[in-house]
Amino acid sequence: MIMARPKPIEEIIDEIKDFNKVLIAGCDGCVTVCEAGGVKEVQVLASALRLYFTKENKRMEIDETSLTRQCDKDYLHELLDKIDDYDAIVSLACGAGVQFMAEMYRKKPIFPGVDTCFIGVTEERGVWAERCQACGQCILASTGGICPISRCSKRMLNGPCGGSEKGKCEISPDTDCGWHLIYERLKELGQLDFFAEPTDPKDWVSSRDGGPRKIVREDVRL
Amino acid sequence: MRLRYPTNIKIIKVPCSGRVAIIHMLKALEEGADGVIVAGCLEGDCHYQSGNLRAKKRVIYVQEVLEKIGMEAERVAMYNLSAGDGPRFAEIAREMTEKVKELGPSPIKNAKKLASKKSKVEVAA
Amino acid sequence: MNTTTPSKLEKILAEGHFAVTSECGPPRGVNGEVVEEKANLIKDHVDAINVTDNQTSVVRLCSLAACIRIKQMGLEPVLQMVTRDRNRIGIQSDILGAASFGIDNILCLTGDHQHFGDHPQAINVFDLDSTQLIQTVKLMRDEGQLLGGFEMKERPNMFIGAAANPFADPFEIRVARLAKKVAAGCQFIQTQCIYNMEKFKTWMQQVRDQGLHEKVAILAGLTPMKNVGMAKYMKNRVPGIDVPDEIIERLAAVPKEKQADEGIKICIEQIEELKEEEGIRGFHIMAIEWEEKVPEIVEMAGLYPRPTVEISAN
Ligand code: SF4
Ligand code: SF4
Repeated sequence: MIMARPKPIEEIIDEIKDFNKVLIAGCDGCVTVCEAGGVKEVQVLASALRLYFTKENKRMEIDETSLTRQCDKDYLHELLDKIDDYDAIVSLACGAGVQFMAEMYRKKPIFPGVDTCFIGVTEERGVWAERCQACGQCILASTGGICPISRCSKRMLNGPCGGSEKGKCEISPDTDCGWHLIYERLKELGQLDFFAEPTDPKDWVSSRDGGPRKIVREDVRL
Repeated sequence: MRLRYPTNIKIIKVPCSGRVAIIHMLKALEEGADGVIVAGCLEGDCHYQSGNLRAKKRVIYVQEVLEKIGMEAERVAMYNLSAGDGPRFAEIAREMTEKVKELGPSPIKNAKKLASKKSKVEVAA
Repeated sequence: MNTTTPSKLEKILAEGHFAVTSECGPPRGVNGEVVEEKANLIKDHVDAINVTDNQTSVVRLCSLAACIRIKQMGLEPVLQMVTRDRNRIGIQSDILGAASFGIDNILCLTGDHQHFGDHPQAINVFDLDSTQLIQTVKLMRDEGQLLGGFEMKERPNMFIGAAANPFADPFEIRVARLAKKVAAGCQFIQTQCIYNMEKFKTWMQQVRDQGLHEKVAILAGLTPMKNVGMAKYMKNRVPGIDVPDEIIERLAAVPKEKQADEGIKICIEQIEELKEEEGIRGFHIMAIEWEEKVPEIVEMAGLYPRPTVEISAN
């Protein structure tokens, strides 16, 4: 899932302070799971903003809504009727949702309400961690199901660097060494032979380095 | 036993302080409350294990939000007391009322009054 | 023994001498003479001089420029190259540039994370890792090809080295890592600085068990301690360095003004001991901002004078 974190409220105040009627739009998808942009967060943000603008004696109407998914046109359409009631929208969806909203409602200023961080998992309530960098050419089959690209700080492909110490990465004692994990898992699976051969330089064309990416699948297209 | 506590306090009963969400505290302030007390059981005594600890974290969160938007964080407070401790509750209520008095009325209440006056004038004009 | 490149370092190793290398860190400024001064301090006592590549991710005068200066002094540079800051385009370009100045040795490294340095805000590259950098240099040299497939008319003819850290974790994988680098084409290794002799020897035993010592020339890395403070710092703060308590106790046992001498003494004893270790082919003495001590160490360790070798002009 895509993990995000709420933007500091000061930043949002600054984004919208010159408008009079603003809609806060949440997303029921990923950002709800990571408790950054769902209905609950919309309510809290809207309420805090109302408190602020009321206290400042500034005329400001803040409304709340949440869409099933902002990365989907059908759901974005739901705003069609009311979008013109607002001067601006603060979208609490991930960066993709914010942009899709902006694409659909070209004349409305759309502001991001969260900082989109990574593709990851909920390790425990309140703790989210990165697991994938969407490199577009998954190599998990040979790395014991643990991704060296997202979990090694230097995205090494041939094993741990010289800074790995007691299972932790050289950058911080709070960060697991991805390669230590890979090694342990390969050992458990009896797959250490995967480690023997050098891995060739990776083709990053399928990653961000190839420019904005697109998947087109004729088998699913209408 | 009848205890005296300030009459300007409105009590909202919930089964556990863990039930109090961030939005409830914010809403109370939005409605013009001068302060909000979340009264939970003593730490370690929660019937639902950690309801009061979670409430405490939420209170801290609201306090941080208030600070960021330029309001006094002390308008929201968490207290822990045992369920039957009426005298302690009365004491807390008095304490909070004193604190809020020191801070003065909520800026929201004032702004709202001002806004409604303004709109009245507008209507009259 | 046959050599494959014009490298003097390779030649010395091939003739069966213990090789001695050292390193010099370029300045954080434009004064290239600093490099020359450092090189002059050690030039008669070492066979080749490594130039670090923005070590610990601190911006310094570039390794390539400093290597060119050293080469132009008639000395033998080892170009250290990390994959942190350049992608394969920049890396291959720098290798060609280095070769055009007759730089015959390269040390292929991944590099410290930028988190440690003076620009933690920087983006990192890591298009390749150290093993893949070895593969790249080998491809350029042996196949005359760039990674993209372009066939070059002339090839960079470099002696390829890498680092190995026997003290990092997981220990069990360290020899496998070395084996991979050797399989990728690595010809010499400079190890992380050794303080824990016992662990190092265990590692060497595993290296020998796999016959790797016959495929790659291992130079033992050594860094003399200036004082007990440095020893403690290295133990506690530098990831991947293993300083046993005995070393700290030994330094702490002598008065402060004698600690530097003690540090040098430990270093020399280590060299003497490692000379007996099968598979050790030389020493890489990293006297950090203490280059002037290298001659003394080399002499006292019985590694002086350095052998002269015939270098065939190519
Ligand atoms: S290898 Fe690529 S696709 Fe697979 S988990 Fe890692 S970054 Fe994601
Ligand atoms: S310590 Fe481990 S995770 Fe960190 S950079 Fe080195 S190999 Fe990668």
